Amino acid sequence: MASALINVPKKAKLGDVIEIKTLISHIMETGFRHSTTGVPIPRDIITSFVCTYNNEEIFRAVLYPAIAANPFFMFTTIATESGTIKFTWQGDNGFLATASASITVE
Amino acid sequence: MNRGRKTVTTRRQFLAVAGGVASTAFVIVRHASATPASMASAIRQVIGEAVVQPGKVQLEVPPLVENGNTVSLTVSVASPMTAADHVKSIHIFNEKNPQPNVVAFHLGPRAGRAQVSTRIRLADTQTVIAIARMSDGSLWSAKADVIVTLAACVEDL
Repeated sequence: MASALINVPKKAKLGDVIEIKTLISHIMETGFRHSTTGVPIPRDIITSFVCTYNNEEIFRAVLYPAIAANPFFMFTTIATESGTIKFTWQGDNGFLATASASITVE
Repeated sequence: MNRGRKTVTTRRQFLAVAGGVASTAFVIVRHASATPASMASAIRQVIGEAVVQPGKVQLEVPPLVENGNTVSLTVSVASPMTAADHVKSIHIFNEKNPQPNVVAFHLGPRAGRAQVSTRIRLADTQTVIAIARMSDGSLWSAKADVIVTLAACVEDL
């Protein structure tokens, strides 16, 4: 099972721009490689990453094989209200992983 | 004097060897890969026939990369990120990977700042291009040249 590391500040001031970092363990097999016997290795990548803040989408990424293994993203958002920031990764072979973090905005 | 001549020979030999190493290093078996033409068509698929202007976008990639398997990339766009004027999406393309698309980011005024970082793979020494689509529909781009010494993506097991 995939494990995700997320970094969201626990507390923020209203209106501050906060930095969010995410890292998920995934092989990101490109589909362009061959095994030692010459058989193509099928593609197995994460294709989409979505981040929602109190169920409203704030960031989305479409991934291609050119994203390095264990996809890492760093992006920003404005601290608007206390609540939950959720992360969803989806990919080939029915891959689905979620993570969430709570934030207190004062 | 004798010593001087000796130095010259050594230097020549060194240059010859260095040249040999350099040329072998750059003779790599080419796999089917994205070419500047296929990158251009991939860009057209995303933005249509719109005109892309250089500027506003800043693309930070190390100029010299030892390992193409993980290359840190940071893209930022000069934008106030207000509801009226913000970056809608940022698309990253490359010339020589097997596929020209690298990643597409969709953001909005809630980002506060138009800056995203990730880690990418590069199969060869090449140019990486970032194109940002603004809320008014205009497109801005930036390029970065990267020298890659160990390629990613296509090597077999």
